[in-house]
Amino acid sequence: MTHFSTSFPPAPGARVLSLGGYQPGNVVTNDDLAARVDTSDEWIRSRVGIVSRRFAGPEETVTDMAVVAGGKALAGSGLSPADIDLVMVATCSNEVSIPNVAAVAAHRLGIVAPGAYDVNAACAGFCYALASASDAIRAGTSRYALVIGAEKMTAWIDPDDRSTCIIFADGAGAAVVGPVADGEPPGIGPVAWGSAGDLAPKIAIPDRNSFMYQEGQAVFRWATTAMHPIATQACERAGVAVSDLAAFVPHQANLRIIESIARKLGVPRERVADDIVHAGNTSSASVPLALSRMAERGDLKPGSLALLLGFGAGMCYAAQVITVP
Amino acid sequence: MNEQEILAGLGEIVEEIAGVPADEVTPSKSFVDDLDIDSLSMVEIAVAAQDKFGVEIPDEQLKDLATVQDVVNFVTKNAGGSA
Repeated sequence: MTHFSTSFPPAPGARVLSLGGYQPGNVVTNDDLAARVDTSDEWIRSRVGIVSRRFAGPEETVTDMAVVAGGKALAGSGLSPADIDLVMVATCSNEVSIPNVAAVAAHRLGIVAPGAYDVNAACAGFCYALASASDAIRAGTSRYALVIGAEKMTAWIDPDDRSTCIIFADGAGAAVVGPVADGEPPGIGPVAWGSAGDLAPKIAIPDRNSFMYQEGQAVFRWATTAMHPIATQACERAGVAVSDLAAFVPHQANLRIIESIARKLGVPRERVADDIVHAGNTSSASVPLALSRMAERGDLKPGSLALLLGFGAGMCYAAQVITVP
Repeated sequence: MNEQEILAGLGEIVEEIAGVPADEVTPSKSFVDDLDIDSLSMVEIAVAAQDKFGVEIPDEQLKDLATVQDVVNFVTKNAGGSA
């Protein structure tokens, strides 16, 4: 190698420029589910914290949802599709293995010839993708990236399995990521990530003809004991105290898990995202969807700090602090 | 740590996690039927008990620990002679 020339000048840091979210139109209540499987509104609310969730229509694909959320984030960024050079889609529920979602979604959004790939780190996927996009921008591999989390979990859920059908749902969320100006601090902090492959059988789709399976109690124990140190690590790496956080946006797995992690971190309840109540668990879409909805409602002041934490199958996990756009 | 101390420690844990006053956590009480504690809270209690008493209570064991006394006995038995 005689030359080392990157596509773009390296950047001192990256930041989130804009957010976008999408939920399918079909609202499914706990009573709707109780009409099919042996459960109840009271049971679901107390164990999982969900009141309603959205299911995609039979013809609606992961790519369709990625395009809507990505399009909203793109519109909010003030950039044109031609400015985007990298598209990453975090998903674990695409209908097919080939082609990936990213290249097709990019094409439908009018983004020409970007680097495009999918990231499968299950419910941690968006935080993984955001970290990778941030690093690509810092290194000069990318200038502006579109990072999407999109899931059609219902395609992989047995509608008659009351342990999973009450939890999982569909949706998408997205962020446009770009460089900070010279002299400005990074808006995406260093990631704290990892995995625990020894626990992988606890959440799995065993083969292509099977539905998703989850050992709820084991996952609950893992999430409520192993995740708050990761979140703490992300804060430490960013040089941020928990008291500086305007919001804690963990993966919307289960309200009980969310509240337990928040309690251990010492984040006051009113600063904790609880989008699961009306969105269900949308895996890799849950963090950007919650974030975009909080920003839309005006709950998050631009420039304030939010701690993101994704965790799930694999068992993969990732956390970082970001500056809210 | 004697049984009384374990019982008191368990009462503090149950109060913190499930909001049940510690003085209601008496040996004969059933977690599910008397204290209205569900299986997820039991997992949290088990984890907190591990931190406090240094005794791991695995998920498989948890369903057999129906009463407060059952947990006290389990912790006493598995405390590894530290008493």
